[in-house]
Amino acid sequence: MNEMAENNAILKVENLELSFGGVQALKGVCLDVKQHELLAIIGPNGAGKTSFMNCVNAFYHPQEGRVFFEGRDITNLRPDQISRLGVSRTFQNIQLFVGLSVVDNLMAARHFKMNYNWLEGAFYFGRARRAEVENRRIVEDIIDLLELEPVRKQVVETIPYGLRKRVDLARALVQDPKLLLLDEPMAGMNAEEKEDMARFIIDVYELWGISAVLVEHDMSVVMDIADRIAVLDFGREIAVGTPEEIKGNPKVIEAYLGKAAE
Amino acid sequence: MELPCGVSKSTYAQDMAVIHTRTQWGLLGILFAFLCVLPFFLNSLWLGIVIHTSIVLIAVLGLHILTGLCGQISLGQAAFLGVGAYASTLLCAKLNFPLPISIIGAAIFSGCFGIIFGLPALRVKGFYLAMSTLAAQFIIIYLFIHVRFAGGSQGLFVPIPQFLESKINLYFIIMGTAVLATAFAKNISRTKAGRIFVAIRDNDLAAEVIGIRLSYYKLLAFFICSLYAGIAGALYSLYIGHINYEHFSLMDSIWYLGMLVVGGLGSTSGAVFGVIFISLLSKGTSLLAAQMPILGPQVASTIGIIVFGLILVLFLIFEPRGLSHRWEIFKKFYRIWPFSY
Repeated sequence: MNEMAENNAILKVENLELSFGGVQALKGVCLDVKQHELLAIIGPNGAGKTSFMNCVNAFYHPQEGRVFFEGRDITNLRPDQISRLGVSRTFQNIQLFVGLSVVDNLMAARHFKMNYNWLEGAFYFGRARRAEVENRRIVEDIIDLLELEPVRKQVVETIPYGLRKRVDLARALVQDPKLLLLDEPMAGMNAEEKEDMARFIIDVYELWGISAVLVEHDMSVVMDIADRIAVLDFGREIAVGTPEEIKGNPKVIEAYLGKAAE
Repeated sequence: MELPCGVSKSTYAQDMAVIHTRTQWGLLGILFAFLCVLPFFLNSLWLGIVIHTSIVLIAVLGLHILTGLCGQISLGQAAFLGVGAYASTLLCAKLNFPLPISIIGAAIFSGCFGIIFGLPALRVKGFYLAMSTLAAQFIIIYLFIHVRFAGGSQGLFVPIPQFLESKINLYFIIMGTAVLATAFAKNISRTKAGRIFVAIRDNDLAAEVIGIRLSYYKLLAFFICSLYAGIAGALYSLYIGHINYEHFSLMDSIWYLGMLVVGGLGSTSGAVFGVIFISLLSKGTSLLAAQMPILGPQVASTIGIIVFGLILVLFLIFEPRGLSHRWEIFKKFYRIWPFSY
């Protein structure tokens, strides 16, 4: 069983140690994400959830431990190389290109699917033109999926927060990722927007069969959509299991949910 | 971007076009026709001004790609014009290359120079980068004076082919290049490289996360910028006939940056507006001041710079997005006028 799970893992993280000066953000975290699995990571503030994601896409380089993506060691790659392998992410505090329109934000994210150089772009002819139109079609599919049509030509600076969050997700999706890292996609949203976002995530996850890591504070969302949940506390991984197991785990309740009220 | 009513598009290619309506094609045709007949109606003073403005436009378009799109401030653009001018002159005079080849060679040489001086951009940003490009400005000028075959402080005489002795022929060559340069700049800004440049300008960390190789694209921006400068410099050498280091001063670099700001950072039309506006304004005020003896010769010769400084400050305060933004507002107003609801 264990053997099977290992072969199936799209992302495998071994013994991750990360510290900033005296602060130990991650203390020996081992996690794996299986093919077509939605793994949620929960934990109190400062538990190391975002640090974990930053290690996976090489924003931070861990002092110890290895990260494997599809069996390949990606610990020492640069962020741009990892993204080309098929790991895309969204950000907790939205990191869009505010001077570009929504369409251009998404087109920018597809740059490595466009096989022409800047000089061909300057002539806007032949291969460049075909690639632009073809990629625009794919981008429009995602715009359609995430219901962004009304704002597609608007500069990101001018659109509201909830939509920006959605553009952030769209930008990750247009890269055809195999693994999606979602860092608090529902932070700061109202109930309706959260439901929309959850629906989009489930749609993508079921339609495309991709794997995803979701960091989220909203327990109802996490319990609803996650296949498995990992709990971090002070950089240590204290539990992994199905939502049911996590709900009943006394360590988790103590660390995260407070005392059992039921 | 908004369109006049009644324009509907059924393919993405149509939606991505720059020119959408017949009226726009018509206006473009009129503009080209105007540019074609313009030199025949100008006296040699104004023809010179128009030629010089077109050369500056090429230089500023380069800067638009580097500073406007990619967000890397350069205070050394004039020096790269100098590299282009010297390289093209030397290739032509010393190595007897035909003129078109020496212009292209000069552009590529200048582009490579740009890459070298763009290397600090891989480590530093913003103000610090501006300082290091300022260093480029001074190092390059130093090279012009001290490299043996560059003619020292005397500079070089430029061999000008007979065909270009006529200012009108020169006008067509330079204006043609400026028009092509504008079209290329526009195309670069709306395709892959342009979007990546803006991504780097707006959020370099996120740009890296979506798979952009920052080092490659920053250097590419420096290369394209210096390529434009090289072409502008080569054409400038043909226009003035004798080059020396004084033609490529820090002040010119600052003029270019100022034109970009007045026009509107980050838009191709802004670069065009800024160059035309500032060039005509500074030349116009100089000519006007020369007519008014009450100002005295010293004021008359510097009034252009004074007005430039004033305009720049006024734009920074009242319209930091530049003329191109005003133009967008005007177009919007005009489209729905007189029924503004």
